[in-house]
Amino acid sequence: MPIEKAHEVPAVQTIDLRRVYKSGSSSHKGIAAAIPHKKSIIALDGVSLTIEHGELFGLLGRNGAGKTTLIKVLTTLLSPTSGKAFVNGMDVTRDVVPIRKHIAMVSGGEQSGYGILTVREQLWMFAQFYGVPSREAHRRIDELLAAVDLTDQANQKVYALSTGMRQRINLCRALVTDPQILFLDEPTVGLDVEAARAVREYVRFWMRQKPGRTVLLTTHYMFEADELCDRVAVINHGQIIAQGTTNELKRNLEEHVRFQIELGEVAVKSPGDSLREDGGLEAERTPAFVELLRATDGVIDVHTETRKGRTELQLALSREELIATTMATLNEAGGRVLTLRRIEPTLEEAFVQLVGKAAGDEEDEHVEEAHP
Amino acid sequence: MTTTSSVTPGTAWHKTSGSMRLGFKTMIGRAYPRLISAIREPDWIFYEIALPLLRVTAFVLVYKALKAPPEYAGFVILGGAMMAFWLNVLWMMAAQLHWERLSGNLELYLMAPASMLWILAGMAFGGIFITLLRAAVIVVIGSLIFGISYAITSMPELVLIFVLTLVALYGLGSMLASLYLLYNREVWAIQEMIQEPVALITGFYFPVRALGGYAGGVASLIPLTLGLDAMRQLLFPHGWPSFLPVGWEIAILMVLVVVFLVGAAKSFAFIERRARGEGRLTLKWQ
Repeated sequence: MPIEKAHEVPAVQTIDLRRVYKSGSSSHKGIAAAIPHKKSIIALDGVSLTIEHGELFGLLGRNGAGKTTLIKVLTTLLSPTSGKAFVNGMDVTRDVVPIRKHIAMVSGGEQSGYGILTVREQLWMFAQFYGVPSREAHRRIDELLAAVDLTDQANQKVYALSTGMRQRINLCRALVTDPQILFLDEPTVGLDVEAARAVREYVRFWMRQKPGRTVLLTTHYMFEADELCDRVAVINHGQIIAQGTTNELKRNLEEHVRFQIELGEVAVKSPGDSLREDGGLEAERTPAFVELLRATDGVIDVHTETRKGRTELQLALSREELIATTMATLNEAGGRVLTLRRIEPTLEEAFVQLVGKAAGDEEDEHVEEAHP
Repeated sequence: MTTTSSVTPGTAWHKTSGSMRLGFKTMIGRAYPRLISAIREPDWIFYEIALPLLRVTAFVLVYKALKAPPEYAGFVILGGAMMAFWLNVLWMMAAQLHWERLSGNLELYLMAPASMLWILAGMAFGGIFITLLRAAVIVVIGSLIFGISYAITSMPELVLIFVLTLVALYGLGSMLASLYLLYNREVWAIQEMIQEPVALITGFYFPVRALGGYAGGVASLIPLTLGLDAMRQLLFPHGWPSFLPVGWEIAILMVLVVVFLVGAAKSFAFIERRARGEGRLTLKWQ
């Protein structure tokens, strides 16, 4: 499908997608049918997603959550049990070959290709599978190797490369065919910091190079998703339990808005008048404004800590705009504000909370009893 | 200067020629590692030529000890040469997709837009090239050592039979390759199980006529049986106890070519569909 037409439909769309693995499945359907209570594993359970062209979309989930299964379905390697999945508007069950022309996939820890080939030969070989003319393939190979800083390794045998280098070559292997949609299945797993960063940087660069290029990334690394993705979805036991931008996900979890304020020397109440209940690094004397703040409407929690004459104040407010009132109260009480910072929850916190909550809700639902 | 193409984009012919071009590129791409490894890893010359020659030598010496006609040494050498193709089909065609699955290549091959049959054709092309070399060296060295002379009655027929035998044989290999997609650890056992019996019934080292009509008929389902019998008839016109006339054997080989190529395409399409449904294409460790 031409890119112009392809952009009229989402890059990826799934509608109530479901994939069930029957244990001991396959050729033993008759046996499976004959045994009552045979367990089936629901890898995808009503997944509905839409990824637009030009998006870098992250799919987050624990091991076995269904991330890789979804990628296998979208890359035409696995048939859905029910529901629909479209890539560039084409059905993954019907339009297998046309879809394959426009996609590529890189998996973490991938050992594809042949060690006896040089890096250049390996990339050329995969380019041939997509009909890229040899001259054009070599031009792209030069460009890609330069971009991932592996030009010097072009004529080195693949078996001699380090894990990080191999993964960068895997990325080049996928990109040498100039796909419209790239599926990255935990592409930085097992890589050292520098190699992982190189992969991430190149993915970002590749997206910027041509508008409309789309990436679906699965990862365990929350910072990676936070750094790269325009939008993310959290998958748990085969179900999408949340989706949106990373900021939306973080904010959706927050019941309160949190701020951290650093104050210079402040007026204090009488000695020993401790207002904190949780002990810890309690200041010897509690600033006078703490009580004032606590009495303010909309202030949920106040936490202070004093070190070397400076007081760090952590506030939980019911609404963001209350920070103005709070600052005014502080001023009136003689507090000298040095810094003010809104505390954002991390994506990891959001993920843990989402998955933990879902685990509580759905603990018993992911194993389905098949009917005899 | 403007050039015009007689092929209109979007037409059926344009699509067909486009997919043929893609297929050929895929085939060349997949053949390349096999061809280049023959140069880069020359130790195969020892394992695949010197060792099989020892086996051929053993049979030749048995025939000599039994005071068999001198042509019998030639029969054995030709059998030894053709044995190389059988082993290549078995281990580097039929079982290859199993290894490719373990290394992660299979899913990349399946994701490529060309038919998987072109990948198999690439494996066959690369395999035939190095095996042809191996077979030629066995024939030349064996013939020199044991003083074999050949009396070729019809070179065109000989070439035709050789080509038909290889196409049918690699078609069979492609069919087996697709069947093996449904098996995992069992592949090794299956290979071992069929390697020697097939080597026996196809008559690598003796005339297939010795098996009798029924067993010979069953053995004829393996393209090497009739191919070898026909080639021996053409190379040793006076000494070989033939199973069927050459013309019949050519006709049957033609049928086998069609059966195995069509069978490979059909079975691969069926098994790929089934394996996609069951999730077997991408499972690496079972």
